[in-house]
Amino acid sequence: MALLEAAAATKRFGGLVAVNALDFSMDAGQIVSVIGPNGAGKTTFFNCIAGFYRIDEGTITFDGQPINGLPPDKIAHLGISRTYQNIRLFANMTTMENVLVGLHHHMHASWIAAVLRTPATVREERAADEEARRLLRFVGLRGKGDFQAGKLAYGDQRRLEVARALANKPRLLLLDEPTAGMNPAETADMTALIRRLRDDLGLSILLIEHEMRVVMGISERITVLDYGEKIAEGTPVEIRSNARVIEAYLGRGSAAEAAVERAAVEAAAAELDGNAAAAAAQSADLPPAQAGPGALPDVDADDADDADDADDADDADAADDTKTVA
Amino acid sequence: MTAISSTITRPLARRWRHVIAIGALGAAVALYLALVGIVPTFEARAMISSVLALGETFVLGTMMVIGYLAARYFDGQPAMSVLAGAIAGLMTGSALTLLMLIGPAIDLRSIFLNASDSLYGVLTLGRGLDFLWIPMVGGVVVGALGGGLRILPRPIQKSIAAGLLSLVALGLFSNLLRKPLLASPFASIGRLLFASEGLTLFGAAVTLSGALGAGIGGAIGARFGSRRWGMLTGVALGMIGSLVIGLLAADLAPSALARPEFAALGGVLGGVIGVGMGGLLGGAIARRVSSLRLDRQFDALPSPARSAIRATPLIPLLFLVLVLPFAFGQNFAQVIVLVAIYILMGLGLNITLGLAGLLDLGFVAFFAVGAYTVSLLTSTSPFGIADFSWWIAVPFAVGVAFMFGAFLGLPILGIRGDYLAIATLGFGEIIRILSVSDLLRPWLGGPQGITNVPKPFDVPPGDPLSGPSQIYYIALICAGVIAFIAFRLRDSRIGRAWVAIREDEDVAEALGINLIQTKLLAYALGAAFAGLGGAVFAALIGATFPTSINLLVSINVAALIIVGGMGSVPGVIVGAVVLIGLPELFREFQEYRYLFYGAALMVLMRFRPEGLLPSRSVQRELHVEENVEPAGAPVGSSVAQIEAEREGDVERDSPYSEPPAKETP
Repeated sequence: MALLEAAAATKRFGGLVAVNALDFSMDAGQIVSVIGPNGAGKTTFFNCIAGFYRIDEGTITFDGQPINGLPPDKIAHLGISRTYQNIRLFANMTTMENVLVGLHHHMHASWIAAVLRTPATVREERAADEEARRLLRFVGLRGKGDFQAGKLAYGDQRRLEVARALANKPRLLLLDEPTAGMNPAETADMTALIRRLRDDLGLSILLIEHEMRVVMGISERITVLDYGEKIAEGTPVEIRSNARVIEAYLGRGSAAEAAVERAAVEAAAAELDGNAAAAAAQSADLPPAQAGPGALPDVDADDADDADDADDADDADAADDTKTVA
Repeated sequence: MTAISSTITRPLARRWRHVIAIGALGAAVALYLALVGIVPTFEARAMISSVLALGETFVLGTMMVIGYLAARYFDGQPAMSVLAGAIAGLMTGSALTLLMLIGPAIDLRSIFLNASDSLYGVLTLGRGLDFLWIPMVGGVVVGALGGGLRILPRPIQKSIAAGLLSLVALGLFSNLLRKPLLASPFASIGRLLFASEGLTLFGAAVTLSGALGAGIGGAIGARFGSRRWGMLTGVALGMIGSLVIGLLAADLAPSALARPEFAALGGVLGGVIGVGMGGLLGGAIARRVSSLRLDRQFDALPSPARSAIRATPLIPLLFLVLVLPFAFGQNFAQVIVLVAIYILMGLGLNITLGLAGLLDLGFVAFFAVGAYTVSLLTSTSPFGIADFSWWIAVPFAVGVAFMFGAFLGLPILGIRGDYLAIATLGFGEIIRILSVSDLLRPWLGGPQGITNVPKPFDVPPGDPLSGPSQIYYIALICAGVIAFIAFRLRDSRIGRAWVAIREDEDVAEALGINLIQTKLLAYALGAAFAGLGGAVFAALIGATFPTSINLLVSINVAALIIVGGMGSVPGVIVGAVVLIGLPELFREFQEYRYLFYGAALMVLMRFRPEGLLPSRSVQRELHVEENVEPAGAPVGSSVAQIEAEREGDVERDSPYSEPPAKETP
């Protein structure tokens, strides 16, 4: 049975349909990627799964249980953890404390027990400490437990986000652009880490990613979104040759442009085929701002108190802007 | 570091411009102090008996600081430093001279009430308007001294600054300190050091000797590997040396000490001997101590022994706290009770604001709930409903406040940030209006409040525990218990959840933290602590009046948390002492104290925005910087080591540990 399933899930912001009647399904133990141009609704979809947004129509089920409408903390309890596109650590807490917060709902000491420091509490704290240390080691942050999270190196912050998500003991891990802003070496490390999460810990992983080498390298299945709709689904090989995907990424431009772009796509595809070293310099990160033409309704990004929530909407705005300039 | 490089890179003209700007600043400050009335008002208040009055201290202190600041632009150039200091001091003094030239001519008094002859008298040291040059010369001399201070090595600079500051502090608190000293077996020392108002000249010399001894002892100690031991012996011997001389002189020639020149000479002589001995002996002790490798031995001790040793300095402190009301009198005890009540409220708000980040500007509401609950349950007036003793009423007060906190937290759960502050502002007002309203008058007594609240201990009048001192002990115990609870909570799973909510509410929720429960618990516990504060307050004044409930209380509590350091339990205590205790102790300065209070708040927030005793995360950053300093003390393990050990994290020394081999593809 599918671990995570969305049926006709729809999320609207005012007039904008950020996620449109999305059918999605993934099995336990899979690594699945969601790709698409900026503003395609990927992060919105994540936010719907994690309970940040309530979908307007359709259902989302996790392990057979409907989760749409549940608050984020309940969804976390069911076993879904996530990371964020723009890193959202507890910047003023230490690395250890960040992970310990992740362990929060696996601990049970009440405030009275904490004040009295009952033997059970002490045991629990000690176990949590050990567990947090183990997780930090697992993601490669050994010995950095006392560092202030906000002062870690960028790549380490991404790792810490993963460790914190793991502390929640999830079955499904949602990773929102885990390699964004990383250099090739860090990207390779992160890719390896993601693979270990599945192979060693048996997690199912749903991934939003722009870095095509990562996507093509580790995903078993890929879902492509554009304007909130699923335009393609399949294995990396199928997706790479899918005409609609190429179109979504590169736009229905003039023939001349298309020719140039096709060359670019082929170069990217060649790179994906394994000679990564040769093409390392020209990253396959496709120009994301070139969303295709088409009427995009104005986005009402009124979710001002939550930058991340509004991210997708912002992206859509940006895409809109680029189009007008062109 | 930066100062040196700036000397090299900055062109000369620009540096002088800076000096002129500093001088102008000094002029402005001096004029302000004079015209606002601080200088003439406090002329009568002696700092050092018959030598220096408080009013003069302000002017001289300004000149000295200005001279020191001006010399900043000429580090490493002694002559230029002195010159810059002198010029800035001259500007400061000239402003005062100018004031005396213009003031009488254009009748400045119609605008500035304080521009009077008494001010001019002070500024010319009582010699009158014919001696206009006095402030200028004074400015040059004191400014040059300030500039010259900058030439000295850094530790000496620090010790001189510390000496001057302790001089001011001792002078200010002389009344408070003198009384218990005279009542103690050390009365003769008390008479030697303190005049009926302010320090004696001899006392001043002893203070400076101590500070200088600390500096020199520290410098010599540092060469032998332990600055700390050098400083300790330096202070001790510097002060003891001059004290011994003084006591001898008082025995042999009692009249000599009455004459200022002899007194100063005695102090200085004692100081020189003390400082010399302090330096050398401090060095020797430092060498001996560092050869013992105490830190290793300390680290080798079992952990209970280590914490016991760390706690030793607390024992005399505890003793001091216990005898305080007897030594310093009931008024002082009352001040401390007030401080303790604010500590209770501060610890409460520290949970809601400091940890969970929920700004509550209506915090006084819970204080009111606690006070009224106790009053209702214990009062012997017609408003009393139960005739409970205070002890039985307190749990009710705390419980009712707890429920109020949760109850009032409910409607504002979804409000964030600035909006929350405004929304909570409403609570305080609602409770205040209710307490004076006619609606609740039959129960709460309206503007007259509820009186006749019995004291917790029923003791006959005349008993040492009859006055505020019994509340003093109760308040101390309450503050101690609450501080303990606050410590435990902060380090618990709940505490981490609060901080996580403060940092990022959405992420915290996505990690499985139930926002509703966690936030309500923060509101409720914060309210419960404040309710306890209210209960103590009702016992202290034996009544509850609506006038005690006002917005200023909420703002004071918020301010003391920010000044002390957000989220830090010791910070709350320090914040309460500084913001609530000090203004009470400075009552003799009337309304002027709020002038300094405001200025001090601004300076503090500008230069130390994290507060006086910030919480661990901020502190850790500060310690990282300290460890960079080359003169790290080898005695006692560094904080980093202690923490590493506590966390059992031994690999922290390698900043970039290898990722596990498996990770590299």
